[in-house]
Amino acid sequence: MQFGIFSVGDVTPDPTTGRTPTERERIKAMVAIALKAEEAGLDVFATGEHHNPPFVPSSPTTMLGYVAARTERLILSTATTLITTNDPVKIAEDFAMLQHLADGRVDLMMGRGNTGPVYPWFGQDIRQGINLAVENYALLHRLWREDVVDWEGRFRTPLQGFTATPRPLDGVPPFVWHGSIRSPEIAEQAAYYGDGFFHNNIFWPADHTKRMVELYRARYAHYGHGTPEQAIVGLGGQVFMRKNSQDAVREFRPYFDVAPVYGHGPSLEEFTEQTPLTVGSPQQVIEKTLSFRDYAGDYQRQLFLLDHAGLPLKTVLEQIDLLGEEVVPVLREEFARNRPAGVPDAPTHGSLLAAAGQRDGGQKDARDSKREGARA
Amino acid sequence: MRLIVVSAGLSVPSSTRLLADRLAAVAAPAATAPEPAPADVRVLELRDLAVEIAHTFTNGFAGRALSEAFEAVSGADGLIVVTPVFSGSYSGLFKSFFDALGVTDPDALAGKPVLIAAAGGTARHSLVLDHALRPLFSYLRAVVVPTGVYAASEDWGAEGLDGRVERAGKELAALMAGQSTARPLPRRDTFEEVTPFEERLAALRPAG
Repeated sequence: MQFGIFSVGDVTPDPTTGRTPTERERIKAMVAIALKAEEAGLDVFATGEHHNPPFVPSSPTTMLGYVAARTERLILSTATTLITTNDPVKIAEDFAMLQHLADGRVDLMMGRGNTGPVYPWFGQDIRQGINLAVENYALLHRLWREDVVDWEGRFRTPLQGFTATPRPLDGVPPFVWHGSIRSPEIAEQAAYYGDGFFHNNIFWPADHTKRMVELYRARYAHYGHGTPEQAIVGLGGQVFMRKNSQDAVREFRPYFDVAPVYGHGPSLEEFTEQTPLTVGSPQQVIEKTLSFRDYAGDYQRQLFLLDHAGLPLKTVLEQIDLLGEEVVPVLREEFARNRPAGVPDAPTHGSLLAAAGQRDGGQKDARDSKREGARA
Repeated sequence: MRLIVVSAGLSVPSSTRLLADRLAAVAAPAATAPEPAPADVRVLELRDLAVEIAHTFTNGFAGRALSEAFEAVSGADGLIVVTPVFSGSYSGLFKSFFDALGVTDPDALAGKPVLIAAAGGTARHSLVLDHALRPLFSYLRAVVVPTGVYAASEDWGAEGLDGRVERAGKELAALMAGQSTARPLPRRDTFEEVTPFEERLAALRPAG
């Protein structure tokens, strides 16, 4: 099982000091968080993508390329890449480029984006969100698998004899997750392609996450990719820890109470009771995270949101240390216990390359092209 | 037969709730007549749900008590909805309840008989029923009972309110009774009825 960090990339004032980090400070902080994640023994760093203030990460592959050069093992990912307003051709090229630079330590998560005005800024319409996700990803999927693509669709200018460059590393496209909080259509899309499904699991009560994951698992099996238990599931979750749980609550409350996403609503206690937010000791984080398996089944990737609510970088780095030292080692052991033999790990470049070699021998590229052509 | 009463009155006791109870007292037995047992009446006091209603907008999901209230509304055979008049319209709390309901289940009121009523300090606001409440429930695709009931302070000591309560309550009862013999509307479940992905892809393919 993989453990990692995901960052939204918001610039939020620290409510205890009133100080707002500069964009440069926030961008550098995200990089520091990624580097710390590797140092602490975590597996994944994923950045958000936004095109409006108060968020900074508009150019994920620039950031991830920089992180790639300064890390050895960390898988670089996104949470999420906007499949609606980005050109699928540019996504295909940017992430193939990143694959080569990062020696395959790359996957990505598709998301639609829920900010209405962003769509027209990129020539799109949020009411077409699902259709954009469907059509753009269908094209992206082909661009990584067919060397020469002829294509015509509703939302983008047609392509005749187009080759996205560079080609994916070793002819193996990056693994794709599809993230959605509330759209069964996206769970269905992930299942159709046999891709991963990620539920951010942050604000919604467990029974909702459970229904989304169950739908994805059932449809994954329906499309013949394996049993429901073999589907590739990722979950989010957000935490704040101190060795002593009272200290955690005392320190986080002033951040929680006025945070742009949590604040001015339910109390910290109500929120932690109804959502995956955990504020307490490492042991409480371990218990809460293990409980996700009760409703999502044995899953492959757990991402934590730690740099929330305007917490200073120093505090966030301490959180990553706690995660790496006290939480994740126990979670690795506990999640491995009683894990059915048939439950796979999250695909990596290495595992996908090995699987492609076994499946197709030397004929892989030609056959994939034919199959993808028939599907389109 | 289930009748849900939504009361947005704030004081305890409130004239809004008083009006709601009088309407329910007529509608509940009439809806099931000639059966001796009246419809099950459940009153939702929005005052008790006010904080969860507000949190629905800041959180994006309804809390436990409110979710349970929404399920009761979705499962009802008819509704009586009563608001105090604030600033010449329904109260913000009243509107927020139905906004939050619409976010959670956009079809919750579709085809459901709804009796609209309002309480105010003066008769000058009586058109609030037809200028504010009726369009709101039309938008939510409810079947709004022809007679709405407005009670100003002075109506509680004057002739006429009883008659309007009686007429409106019976109109609601007749719609509820009529609906109960018809096939109940199936609830849409987007998890059960997922569109196969090939259909979505096909719909986007260029013709020819």
